[in-house]
Amino acid sequence: MSDAAGARRPYVRSMRGWWRRDPFFARYMLREATSVAVLAYALVLTVGLVRLAQGEAAWNGWLAALRSPWAVLLHLLLFAAMVFHALSWFEIMPKTLPAIFIGGRRLSAATITRSGWAATVLASIALCALAWWWRS
Amino acid sequence: MKRSNAPVFWVLFGAGGMLAALFGPALVLISGIAAPLGLGLPPGALSYARVLALARHGWSKGLLFIVIALFAWHAMHRIFHSLHDLGIRTGTFAQLGCYGGALVITVVSAVSLLSLGF
Repeated sequence: MSDAAGARRPYVRSMRGWWRRDPFFARYMLREATSVAVLAYALVLTVGLVRLAQGEAAWNGWLAALRSPWAVLLHLLLFAAMVFHALSWFEIMPKTLPAIFIGGRRLSAATITRSGWAATVLASIALCALAWWWRS
Repeated sequence: MKRSNAPVFWVLFGAGGMLAALFGPALVLISGIAAPLGLGLPPGALSYARVLALARHGWSKGLLFIVIALFAWHAMHRIFHSLHDLGIRTGTFAQLGCYGGALVITVVSAVSLLSLGF
């Protein structure tokens, strides 16, 4: 043990790209990456509010920017990420919720996940119906 | 023992994540694709007068703020905890950067909404 710690250089396996080694890890990283999309959407909406507060011309500029092909492409990506977030959020929900017992039986993981997905479908239909009702 | 502030951030993360899981896909579809392109919705769906009315009304003003702020806190908390997975050392600096970013979005959206009046 007389050697300085730096004299011994044991092999340490690199952690670079660790998440590409296993599809399970890749799915985990993809799930975490959806947060970038959630952040991007929050930023898009915040910029929209700032432009709205600046007046009609500024708002129309923001609206024109939303119609550009790049903005549409971005929103298609954001939509895909949001869908994956919704799917994965309820997939991990059985692990994040405390155990729920109904009639002495534990609520199964599949039931929790499917209830969550059903809630997203219902909420999406409700929101689209609201937008349709509000359109005129 | 000093009380941890972590539970507050986890609650914001959970609330924002739930909101995004329930309403995120439809919100992006409506505000980012259907309304700007006039697909299924008339092109004037996001006209200045209509969105101004939406942002001035008490309920919708509050909902807009909750969506933006909780999305930001959810995302920043998750990004902060993912830095480690990407091999980036995290400390007070990274934490301040992440939560500071969420705070900036919260304040900017709140100020904009309040400046629009009621």
